[in-house]
Amino acid sequence: MKQIPVSLLTLVAGVVIAFFSLWVGQNHHLLPEQASEQAPLVDGFFNVMVTIATALFIVVQGAILIFAIKYRKPKDDDSDGLPIEGNFSVEIFWTAIPALIVIGLGIYSVEVYRAMGGFDPAGYEMIAHHHGASSAIAKMPGSAMAAPIIADSEGTISETASAPVEKKYGIGATPEEEGKAASLVVDVTAMQYAWIFNYPDSGVTSGELHVPVGKDVLLNITAVDVIHSFWVPQFRLKQDAIPGQPTQLRFVAIKEGDFPIVCTELCGSYHGGMRARAIVETPEKFDSWITENQVAQQQESIQTVATNPTDLPTSEFLAPYTKEMGIDAHSLTHLHPGAIVSSMSN
Amino acid sequence: MTKQLVRKFSYKRLILTDEKRFMAQAQLPLNTPPGMSGDSAKEHPKAWKWYDYFTFNIDHKVIGIQYLVTAFFFYLIGGLMAMAMRAELLTPDSDFLDPTLYNAFLTNHGTFMIFLWIVPAAIGGFGNFLVPLMVGARDMAFPKLNAIAFWLNPPAGAILLASFFFGGSQTGWTAYPPLSLITNNIGQSMWILSIVLVGTSSILGSVNFVITILFMRVPSMQLTQVPLFCWAMLATSVLALFSTPVLAAGLVLLLFDINFGTSFFKPDAGGNVIIYQHLFWFYSHPAVYLMILPIFGIMSEIIPVHAKKPIFGYKAIAYSSLAICFVGLFVWVHHMFTSGTPPWMRMFFTISTLIVAVPTGVKIFGWVATLWGGKIRYTTAMLFAIGLLSMFVIGGISGVTLGTAPFDLHVHDTYYVVGHFHYVLFGGSVFGIYAGIYHWFPKMTGRMLNETWGKVHFILTFIGTHLTFLPMHELGLQGMPRRVAMYDPQFISLNQICTFGSILLGISVIPFFFNALWSWMYGEKASDNPWDGLSLEWTTSSPPLIENWEVLPVVTHGPYDYGMNGRSATTDKAPSESVS
Amino acid sequence: MQGAIETSETILNSSVDPAATKEVAHHEGHPDLRVWGLLTFLASESLMFGGFFASYLIYRGGAANWPPEGTEVELLVPAINTFILVSSSFVIHLGDTAIKKNNLNGMRLWYAVTALMGATFLGGQVYEYLTLGYGLTTNIFSNCFYLMTGFHGLHVFVGLLLILGVLWRSRRSGHYSATKHVGIEMAEIYWHFVDIIWIILFTLLYILTMF
Repeated sequence: MKQIPVSLLTLVAGVVIAFFSLWVGQNHHLLPEQASEQAPLVDGFFNVMVTIATALFIVVQGAILIFAIKYRKPKDDDSDGLPIEGNFSVEIFWTAIPALIVIGLGIYSVEVYRAMGGFDPAGYEMIAHHHGASSAIAKMPGSAMAAPIIADSEGTISETASAPVEKKYGIGATPEEEGKAASLVVDVTAMQYAWIFNYPDSGVTSGELHVPVGKDVLLNITAVDVIHSFWVPQFRLKQDAIPGQPTQLRFVAIKEGDFPIVCTELCGSYHGGMRARAIVETPEKFDSWITENQVAQQQESIQTVATNPTDLPTSEFLAPYTKEMGIDAHSLTHLHPGAIVSSMSN
Repeated sequence: MTKQLVRKFSYKRLILTDEKRFMAQAQLPLNTPPGMSGDSAKEHPKAWKWYDYFTFNIDHKVIGIQYLVTAFFFYLIGGLMAMAMRAELLTPDSDFLDPTLYNAFLTNHGTFMIFLWIVPAAIGGFGNFLVPLMVGARDMAFPKLNAIAFWLNPPAGAILLASFFFGGSQTGWTAYPPLSLITNNIGQSMWILSIVLVGTSSILGSVNFVITILFMRVPSMQLTQVPLFCWAMLATSVLALFSTPVLAAGLVLLLFDINFGTSFFKPDAGGNVIIYQHLFWFYSHPAVYLMILPIFGIMSEIIPVHAKKPIFGYKAIAYSSLAICFVGLFVWVHHMFTSGTPPWMRMFFTISTLIVAVPTGVKIFGWVATLWGGKIRYTTAMLFAIGLLSMFVIGGISGVTLGTAPFDLHVHDTYYVVGHFHYVLFGGSVFGIYAGIYHWFPKMTGRMLNETWGKVHFILTFIGTHLTFLPMHELGLQGMPRRVAMYDPQFISLNQICTFGSILLGISVIPFFFNALWSWMYGEKASDNPWDGLSLEWTTSSPPLIENWEVLPVVTHGPYDYGMNGRSATTDKAPSESVS
Repeated sequence: MQGAIETSETILNSSVDPAATKEVAHHEGHPDLRVWGLLTFLASESLMFGGFFASYLIYRGGAANWPPEGTEVELLVPAINTFILVSSSFVIHLGDTAIKKNNLNGMRLWYAVTALMGATFLGGQVYEYLTLGYGLTTNIFSNCFYLMTGFHGLHVFVGLLLILGVLWRSRRSGHYSATKHVGIEMAEIYWHFVDIIWIILFTLLYILTMF
């Protein structure tokens, strides 16, 4: 120990920690598979943070551990420790280094966010042109859903109920997609314990989200009752569905597969059972799915009579959607949450 | 051990000021126990009897202990709720609790733990007991107000418990509308009432702390001799004063929406649900700092004493509390990155959130550096303090990752968040409260806690915390949302680890509980200064006299001057002299 | 005693660094601390109004026309009310000046006048509520209007009680004097606070709706 200078030890330790952290940053396998164009961006950013975190973790925890062992009180020694009250340059050092790291992370996160399409300056106006959110809801069977679900509406003849499409928050066009219309638009409606997907171009309504791989997809997200949140872990994207505040997510799925759509905002008793599937398939398969559903849904008469859903029991209220959701009415009446989960994952 | 705090009395002067003090306080309510009036003040005053702790007592020490014991009771309740939820999550299906009850538990677990355990224990408990003792005051500035502030807490807890007869509030401790408007209106209204009560308590308490710390320091105490706990309490109180009323405003609006037919948060009638989120998080993010800043203060007291070393960077640690207080007011939107927030907001609050890491880091590094070259005594208090340091590093790092909008889009409202804030609030705040109890129990009760059982408690808690909360990070990253009673079967093994960890945590409370109970009654008698501390609370008897000191102490050096001012770094066998 | 109070007056009226005078502040400064405590509390309380004001401005910014048709505000009664409340702040200060000159009866007179003006303000407020023609639940503007004015009215009411409390206590001779009148001072500070909040409220709810 005496022969090796401390500076050399520190240097070696630093190099080892650096390489180990870099390795951990690339090989932590903490995240699920990447299924959208945004996913690699987020993961790259996360990997950088894991690298820094690992290094910081080892250095700080190592220091705690080494100091805790090395400076434990010898037996029968009641004297004080070294009277060191501080060291200006050391304090500046450990203020400046974290400051630089967080500023770096801040700039990097702005950059990643921009690349993901977070800044989408003009996106929403263009969307509003083609598919207003209100028209999307009108196409849905049982569109009275949009009527006040919140009990009290006494004397509230409001002008904002039919408000013009507001600014949409969320993830929009990436810098490359800017100015281009999305190749597929899906209107997503969240309601207590179900997701409804409406394809305004083909008139298909479904309880599953089908998207073609490699295509630019825009989701217009709304909620009819309470706040929900749309999350596909494999897409690394999440956006709340907010009543009265349209939001959006725009992405390109890069991998075929069957991914879970999870509601991540507490929305009531069966929040945990509020799941749907995002099925990414080849464009051919997708087209045939659309055609199939168009035929099937033309045979059903579209419900136009407005009923107030709050008057209906849960089973009847959800009945029009059970088919799309793949649940039979019987299980709905019982609404055993475990059953929902298993039928969803089947 | 008053030798360290050399009492160079100008004896005459002190007596004089003491008389003047009594004259000045003649017009103020003075909590004088029977047999102690102004005349007999020079006799040794009697201590409080046990039943005094169950009354409207205005002694800050009684109030502090009342806060701690009440809070601990609510901690046990919140803990039982947590264990019931973990039992539910042992299997993917919802089979143990009714989902409605599960939601009521998750709401009230959060509410009890935040508003009725950590905040009252850390701020009300330690703050009230210690601040006057540390600054050399005989009581808080407004003793009656202080007692009122405490007595708002038990009814608040009782209302929350009573709300279970009506189904309880089920919308999470965030109570986002419109869900909170349409779910169990009675339970939700009771929840609001309860929060408003503890909020009022918090504001009244904070007024008291600010005034006491700023104006009631013993005359001989320089600003640089104020213990760091008081700096932390100052920052905490300012933060509470600025943020709590905004939450109250939000809750009043919510209450009106639920009960009086307004439509502030009803989107179909012109309302806006995002406004509630802003009002809520404007308080509730600073609330995180309310829960951790006093703990930072406790850390800054415990580490130097048990390492017998001056705190590294007094000024840096003191000012970083104020910096956290200031920056902490401008980071709230990071809870709303996936909500209805425009891009500029998401970016601005990403940056501001990341900046909070800098003053927090300054504290952590300062404590680690304090260990360097110390003579660390592994008392239970020190074990919890070092354990906290290690836990908080993990919670802090995951906090930085959560503060960045692009990554937060993935993990927001998942178990990653749950894991993160339990590392901060359990590994941080609760560890800090435990450390504080082990450190100041002798001062509070006059008896020592049993160290062996203390160490058992520490080991169980330390292992239990990691077992319970570490796997949660991976669960969240892989796709498990929070606040669910049912989950995908793929997450079963990690969830089972969490549940077993939570059982261990539940067990860990048992040795602590009986240790505290037994030691309070039969424990070894504590000396005035068992840990060789240098701050003023150690200059009085254990437990302190009713008015803290017979004659106010004179501060001649700082609270962390180990190895200085005649204290040698060599063996020091000074006999401890008691206060004459 | 006398000297001590004088010193404490100095602390109150000048911005002396508290640390520099802490000896005095600690031993003789308790009356001052009550004033400081009240100021701290009011600083906090104003943020509750701040929360309401901010929410109101967001609602206002998000609406096409504000206030919506059918819920316009009238101006005459509120303007008179504003005049009364603002003048009452000067009146109450006359009371404070009087007690500093040991003029107890003067203080009682001015405080009684203030109480009367406060009561008139509340009466005017109730009159306005009764004649507006719309209620709390009509629309989002009326929600805000009634909640904010009502909440402020509650504060006026509390202030009124404080003033009446001062008047009640002043019956006992020697309770207040030139050197001992913290209660009077606190009632005055609180009244000014209520006044300032009203000015902001009046600007937001009445003046800004004109544009």
